[in-house]
Amino acid sequence: MMFGVIQFPGSCDERDALAACERVGDARLLWHANRDLAGVDVVVVPGGFSYGDYLRAGAIARFSPVLEAVREFAAEGGPVLGICNGFQVLCEAGLLPGALLGNEQIRFVCRQVEIVVENDRSAFTAGLEAGQRLSIPVKHGEGRFFAPDDELDRIEANGQVAFRYAPGQNPNGSARDIAGVCNEAGNVLALMPHPEHAVDPLTGSTDGLRLFESAARALA
Amino acid sequence: MSAGEETAVAQAKHRELGLTDAEFDRICALLEREPNDVELAMFSLLWSEHCAYKHSRKLLRQLPTEGERVLMGPGENAGAVDLGGGWAAAFKVESHNHPTAVEPFQGAATGVGGILRDVFALGARPIAVLDSLRFGELDSERSRYLLDGAVRGIGHYGNSIGVPTVGGEIYFEGPYEQSCLVNAMCVGLARSERMVRAAAAGVGNLVVLMGASTGRDGIGGASVLASAELDEGDDAKRPSVQIGDPFEEAKLLECCLELLEAGLLVSLQDLGAAGLTSSAGEMASAGGVGIDVDVTRVPLREADMEPFEIMVSESQERMLAVVAPDDLEAVLATCEKWQTGAAAIGEVTGSGRIRVLRGTETVGDVPVAALVDGCPLYDLEPAEPEGWSYGNRATLDAGAGAAEIALALLASPSVASKRWAFEQYDSVVGSRTVRRPESADAAVLQVPEAGGAIAIAIDGNGRRVACDPYRGTIEAVLECAANLACVGAEPLGLTNCLNFGNPEKPGPAWQLERSVAGLADACKALGVPVVGGNVSLYNEGPDGPIYPTPVIGLVGELPEPERAAGLAFAREGDAVALAGPFAPSLAGSQLAKLRGELDKGLPGVDLAQHVAAIAAVRGAVRAGAVNSAHDVSDGGLACALAECALAGGIGCRIDLDPLVEARGGSGESSLFGEGPGGFVLSGEREALENLGSSLELLLIGAVGGESIELEAGELSLSLSLADAESAWRSLGERVENA
Repeated sequence: MMFGVIQFPGSCDERDALAACERVGDARLLWHANRDLAGVDVVVVPGGFSYGDYLRAGAIARFSPVLEAVREFAAEGGPVLGICNGFQVLCEAGLLPGALLGNEQIRFVCRQVEIVVENDRSAFTAGLEAGQRLSIPVKHGEGRFFAPDDELDRIEANGQVAFRYAPGQNPNGSARDIAGVCNEAGNVLALMPHPEHAVDPLTGSTDGLRLFESAARALA
Repeated sequence: MSAGEETAVAQAKHRELGLTDAEFDRICALLEREPNDVELAMFSLLWSEHCAYKHSRKLLRQLPTEGERVLMGPGENAGAVDLGGGWAAAFKVESHNHPTAVEPFQGAATGVGGILRDVFALGARPIAVLDSLRFGELDSERSRYLLDGAVRGIGHYGNSIGVPTVGGEIYFEGPYEQSCLVNAMCVGLARSERMVRAAAAGVGNLVVLMGASTGRDGIGGASVLASAELDEGDDAKRPSVQIGDPFEEAKLLECCLELLEAGLLVSLQDLGAAGLTSSAGEMASAGGVGIDVDVTRVPLREADMEPFEIMVSESQERMLAVVAPDDLEAVLATCEKWQTGAAAIGEVTGSGRIRVLRGTETVGDVPVAALVDGCPLYDLEPAEPEGWSYGNRATLDAGAGAAEIALALLASPSVASKRWAFEQYDSVVGSRTVRRPESADAAVLQVPEAGGAIAIAIDGNGRRVACDPYRGTIEAVLECAANLACVGAEPLGLTNCLNFGNPEKPGPAWQLERSVAGLADACKALGVPVVGGNVSLYNEGPDGPIYPTPVIGLVGELPEPERAAGLAFAREGDAVALAGPFAPSLAGSQLAKLRGELDKGLPGVDLAQHVAAIAAVRGAVRAGAVNSAHDVSDGGLACALAECALAGGIGCRIDLDPLVEARGGSGESSLFGEGPGGFVLSGEREALENLGSSLELLLIGAVGGESIELEAGELSLSLSLADAESAWRSLGERVENA
């Protein structure tokens, strides 16, 4: 069971994601300039500011060599987890629906929030129960999930909403409180909150670890 | 033009660059000729207060700098202390006051960028940033603009580069209206044996400039901005403020750490104030060598830059390394991997001189010793001001009752929750943050590599230092140490940033002298060495100087991070105790400020007694004897208790009569008076009572209910948690919707 965590120049949370993966399996970093995923079983696209994100979050990373490999990996059903900037990258790459816009309050926000599990379709949520609440921090400036209403209807109808912010805890104005979505096939999932920063009781919560444990069990 | 006119022009030039006539004459004597323009620019920067500490160096000699755990002291890019297990914490605080006053977003952002470079120049990975900020009163539009810009700038840089901002403080006081303060502190983690010094070595080794290309931004920043008073028309100085690029720095950071890990660098130095001139000069000086720099080999943003511009440019995100010729190829390959610029721009020589070449032509040639150490050091001419020399504006109704006072204090921007600010900072990246902002008195970061954790606090209270520079500075150090004690940490080393007015004037000179004396005495009493620091003088506007503001940063260690106490009341029914030799007084307090009654003078303290109390509280927290710990600071006990209650979402019933009896104050001074040495502890009654054997301890009440009920002598007050909360949480609303 090998997790691969992509490292772009400008990634911030790749070591944290790596450490979270190592709590449940083996893990290694995957350099952005390589097209080779080194045979990993799971790909994690971590948080940060890939290539500086001066243009639009994720807009440059989608063109990176490693993303070509991730596209193929995902098309073959490989499990992919995007976190924060990873969510933005996967949306930009067309692997997930919707887009992440600037927060409603036009400010970066770092806060512990509760999210509610909506479905158990992906490897990362198979071990969770619908309705379960997880306490996980968010930290982003562009985390407002957006899609046109008909697209949102379709995402909901398809069961592609993976997580919603608990009532009253939407930190950024996301449409319909959506915190995380998956693709139609269910193998690509991403969320704005940082599960890799909720894996240690000493630093606040272990609720995020459930996603990594779920993937490890589902793929064992 | 006559000879007389030519001399006048030359003199005008050095004066415009901030050098006095006597300093210019001394440069001529050291060079045995007049400097050319390149050399004059170099001298003007390295002989500025910012680089040469010419008004402060003599005073700073009295600070204790040695200790068993000190690995690097003042003079290096940052100080470093031993954490055990082969690991070291490297840290430093530095100001970016004047740039922030001119352009707050970029000024604050590059302040963070600069302090990060100081720390990773040692080979340490930055793991935490804290900021100490000062602005004018919040009802001033300018202050809100500066606050908003500075907070965004700090967030922009720290968040983007992936270093958590784990703590800090913000005060709002009239004297900072024109001259705001932004002091940024960074803590990094390094393998002790792999830390590098900034000394150039090895004649024939190459000097490699890494990172961003060099442009015209920040030219003259050190002399024009950092060492002259700000006045009207500051917009003209905007081109002197540097522009930050955290992505460039993120790549540079990873690249440098990778190069150091591979053992490919002989030494490393960041480019800060005065750019290449100071980096090359300081590296050569520390190594007792010379350096040749060929400006035609420096990658430029603009093709037509003059040699002097290249030598003094303060373009951000650059580092200077010394590399053995055989390693150059490997160094360039690593830089290529990280997509960061790199060019061999010169070499280490045995000449003891900095030579600036343009190809084969020598355009500047100065002895390193003259450039780095030749600046005259000045004696201050201090004189104590007659009376209170700052403003005094009453904002609180004279007839306000105790509850009204408490709410006014909680809502006063310096006391109110700073959640609006710290939520704009990533405080968790790096997976080390055990205590986040406002959850405990100090930030706590786990360092499992060294088998424990570190705690970090940054403190300074200019208003109280203005009341009494000596005692106020002692209080700042004690408060910082008290903050560490509340999470069970013992200080290992101290860094400081001394923000003062114009030292050439007698009043600010007196404040500086007395403050440094207080700093020295407090450090000696606590047994804490000063491992580095920074001086920011000339913080004056048309209305006069800022409050004298020494900002203290402490790094300490704690063995068991899970025992680090939070400040929040934790359990219904817990007893509440006031520990420590706290003897509250209204002198210099927030309440005195609200009433417009500030005046000179603070009560003195028995340092030994305070140091003992700090040690006892630390011991109690480490032993797990308390469920919460919070030091009493701005707004006195009433505010400290409200903060514990609000953080825990649970009320308390408190009777301060034991304090009135024991220390002899009034009800009002007991509720709202300030002073060092007060700790609010909560826990099981018996556990708290047992602490009384090692610590002055008064049981004052119990945790519980949904209101804050306080009694003290003739006064009593009752605040619902909701009312207290809305006052305490009012900062964001007041910034956003003013």
